[in-house]
Amino acid sequence: MSDPVLDPVRFVDERTAAAPLLKKALRYLFPDHWSFLLGEIALYAFVVLIATGVYLALFFEPSLAKTVYHGPYAPLRGREMSEAYRSVVEISFTYKAGLLIRQTHHWAADVFMASIVLHLMRVFFTGAYRRPRELTYLIGLALLFTSLLEGYLGYSLVDDLLSGIGLAIGYGVLLSVPLVGGPLGVLLFGSTFPGRGVFESRMYIAHVFLIPALLAALIGAHLALVMARHHTQFRRDARHTERRLIGVPMFPGQAPRSLALMFAVAAVLFLLGGLVQINPIWQWGPFEPWFATNGAQPDWYLGWLIGALRLMPSFDVVISHYTVIPNPFWGGVAFPLVVLLVLAAFPWVERRLTGDRRAHNLLDRPRDAPNRTAFGVAFASFIFLVFAFGAADRLYVLFDTSYETLLTIFRIAIWVVPAILFVLTRRLCRELREDDRIEEDREAAITEAAEQEERLLAAGRSPFP
Amino acid sequence: MIARIRQALLALLMFLYGARRRRRAARESRRAASANGRGGRIVPAGAPDRRAENVVIALLLIAALFAAGFIFLYAWYSPARSPNQLLGVAIAGSLGFVALALAVFARRLIVTEELEEDYPRESPAEQREIAQLVRDSGSRLTRRRLLLGAAGTTGGALGAAALTPALSLGPLWDTSPLFASPWRSGRRLVDAHDRPMLASEVEPETLYTAFPEGANPEELASPLAVIRLQPSELRLPAGRAGWAPQGILAYSKICTHAGCAVGLYRKPRFPAVEPGPALVCPCHYSTFDPATGATVIFGPAGRPLPQLPLTIDGEGHLRAAGRYSGPVGPGWWGVRSGEVK
Amino acid sequence: MRLRATGALAACALLAGAGIALAQPPDGVVGPTREPPSASAKLGHEIFEANCASCHGGLGQGIYRPRPGAGDIAGAAPSLYNVGAEAADFYLRTGFMPLVNPHAQPTNNRVLFDEKEIRSLVAFVASLGHGPAIPHPEPARASLAEGLKVFTENCAGCHQIVARGGFVTGARVPPLQGVDATEIAEAVRIGPYLMPRFSRRQIDDSQLNALVRYVLSTRTPDNRGGWSIGNLGPIPEGMIAWLAALALAVLCLGLGRRLRA
Repeated sequence: MSDPVLDPVRFVDERTAAAPLLKKALRYLFPDHWSFLLGEIALYAFVVLIATGVYLALFFEPSLAKTVYHGPYAPLRGREMSEAYRSVVEISFTYKAGLLIRQTHHWAADVFMASIVLHLMRVFFTGAYRRPRELTYLIGLALLFTSLLEGYLGYSLVDDLLSGIGLAIGYGVLLSVPLVGGPLGVLLFGSTFPGRGVFESRMYIAHVFLIPALLAALIGAHLALVMARHHTQFRRDARHTERRLIGVPMFPGQAPRSLALMFAVAAVLFLLGGLVQINPIWQWGPFEPWFATNGAQPDWYLGWLIGALRLMPSFDVVISHYTVIPNPFWGGVAFPLVVLLVLAAFPWVERRLTGDRRAHNLLDRPRDAPNRTAFGVAFASFIFLVFAFGAADRLYVLFDTSYETLLTIFRIAIWVVPAILFVLTRRLCRELREDDRIEEDREAAITEAAEQEERLLAAGRSPFP
Repeated sequence: MIARIRQALLALLMFLYGARRRRRAARESRRAASANGRGGRIVPAGAPDRRAENVVIALLLIAALFAAGFIFLYAWYSPARSPNQLLGVAIAGSLGFVALALAVFARRLIVTEELEEDYPRESPAEQREIAQLVRDSGSRLTRRRLLLGAAGTTGGALGAAALTPALSLGPLWDTSPLFASPWRSGRRLVDAHDRPMLASEVEPETLYTAFPEGANPEELASPLAVIRLQPSELRLPAGRAGWAPQGILAYSKICTHAGCAVGLYRKPRFPAVEPGPALVCPCHYSTFDPATGATVIFGPAGRPLPQLPLTIDGEGHLRAAGRYSGPVGPGWWGVRSGEVK
Repeated sequence: MRLRATGALAACALLAGAGIALAQPPDGVVGPTREPPSASAKLGHEIFEANCASCHGGLGQGIYRPRPGAGDIAGAAPSLYNVGAEAADFYLRTGFMPLVNPHAQPTNNRVLFDEKEIRSLVAFVASLGHGPAIPHPEPARASLAEGLKVFTENCAGCHQIVARGGFVTGARVPPLQGVDATEIAEAVRIGPYLMPRFSRRQIDDSQLNALVRYVLSTRTPDNRGGWSIGNLGPIPEGMIAWLAALALAVLCLGLGRRLRA
């Protein structure tokens, strides 16, 4: 007698003894809140990135060897260019569906980063990073910053005008690292930028193998840690406590929903890839170190760094004849490192400041922790303003507010606006909490009055004095 | 017409009412099931919903159609006949309808249980046991520190040995390439087509890109920005007398901030009321004044652009008259401590 | 006759219209007292004296040290000797001139003169010395690839690689989609405001034709990838990416709400 469900399960368990583990995994509980799905968007965008990336790797030529273009695109015909750039033009123009896959890959990278940021904000503002989940949080931050590098390398591989300029800036930032920057630049590029072409293959192996492998490992660790300690939850009613988790099991409740999200993410990314043009490298043309284009920009997730580079006043820190800190260090290295450090240290700093060292499975609503929420809003607004200044040149073209004026305004605003927002947010949180308390008191009073009324009635006395 | 709309609305209402009744029935049957100990089930039984099943099947088939459409479009692909957009809509449509089918499936055809369990706790007993296990296992060791030290030394040495081949990537601590430049005294300036540049052809109010004759133009120190100002306007730093014959100036075209090409030359049409001449980098808008030796007048750059001394030979060609005034490109620790080679 | 007309115009400029005409040109320009039937340098001179002379000098000799003129604006402008029809045609047809404030950047404004007036002014300015004539680029048969190359090497730094405009310290660089072939050729040769001036030795006529062809092609670049979102690169792309991420977050809102339903 064969059983189509039991037989395969038995087959697997006989060979792996994994049935208890599998059963536990299938009944893993997901608490019910939409914001817990934000991280899943990132996960599924990563899946699309891997799938489309493998396809692209089949056709991409990681070589800066010179060639002459003779393809179908007239404005580039007869132009000398690198094999790398030519192969990406071919992917876009010659291979069937090549452009769709390329654009989807790029959109997936942009949306991947955006959803990581959304997920990080959810985790921050609800205090989900607290004990016992600090490690999960740190791995998440490592994922964010590793992904920044991964995206930058992908953008830089193509050797079009924008990516070449981006790589030049990356080289400048690398050189600016005190003491080791210069030798490190020479080591990695094999010479000065743009090097003798060796850097292209180094970037390639990093972009298609080393960093994706690292990302996959980090994602695995991130998810394993989440499952080990289980999800956090909001206190929706009295049943949700620090000890007792309420949720929908992975199977059958959660799985189809999560899969639906996966297909939806893929659908949105492929729809963007089909309908909205991204990084039309054939329009930018090939790169040479002496070419320039106005308003050269990196992908959005590095916009905060270009904003910081542009906001810095002109100075190098020089002691005797040593350039201790060349200018790009501040915007390109110090700024992101400080952001990373602040985010990474936050759980421990908060613990010291509030004295709350307990483990937390219940999440805070943002208003429940006015200081944390106010700090988060201020910090995010600081980064956002620096980011926004990265596009100030375009704002000038669009709105005719001079760049120099914007520079002055932003140099002040990046400090003043976060300070104001800190005070406002804290007050707002406190007032919201006060409202909650009044509401609770009122309800308690009503309940008490009703009980008293019943007691009086039961005792046969009039409730009206 | 109106009657038909009314009819349709009525039908819709009836449908919704029916759906709600079905849901209520399902809830009741579920409650009943849990009341009698779930009847031996793990997942409580739910009421069947044939209509939802039909919807899911329909959605899945539509998704299959879109996928088939993608294959068709791919087979007939030509940029004109079935461009990127159609391919994208086809595959996204297929994925989207699968998502929709799964969403309906999850909502209408799967029993959604709300379960409780305890959060995992720490295991102090096991923690202690593990610690004890480690301690007990070393009963035969007498010189633990020394052993640990030896192991650490070997680990470090072996790790270093494993990393050593990575040094083949490039020189470990060599900054000499950063000081290198193909410009030598006497080397001619050529344009992008390898034609030597005549001093008489360099006009004011415009920017030329020049390269060293017979050298690799892609080396960072190669490209020059060449402009001509009135000799009377120049206020070059001390020691650069004669670097700009006839007012012709040559600066490295690579920004000293982050290495982009200083490809923007602004020059006033009418100097009386307009900003003066400047070389500008389009990445972070560092702005250099060519009349004063390319000093920074706006933006984040920390050093002036390196200047190349020029001379005009007997045939009227421009030649380098020496080395750059400083290293080319972005700054590093030693950028101010060496001479350009 | 000529004296009388000039005198009348001068009086008109000084007493009645000049303040309005020069301080607020968008309100209109001062027309001649009697309309001659066709364009001529003479008519051009009349219009010039009424509308241009307070900055360029009565004979187009230029005013090099700003001096108080009509309104509160200190007039100053370069000499127009030897600039030729090329420059006059460019500045008038783009609406760069007349300029409200001589210290401001000339921009594409509403053109305030009609065709006859422009032709007259151009003829008048052309009569001041020996300047270049209006160029007649022939982009149709030029090479697009050559155009992109010349544009990348000489123009993209300020105008952006798809000619969407940008910023150079001190000035806003205009996008070039609304510019016609003649204006492009004129601007390359003249170098208006802070733009460099490219002679035939730097960009020869065939290269100029190619350049013009490329710039014209940027009105409709090859956007085979779909919606172009302005051909600007990462800034609008980032906005779309965030919109998509937020749309997916809203979807989570729908998928996540289940038990309470």
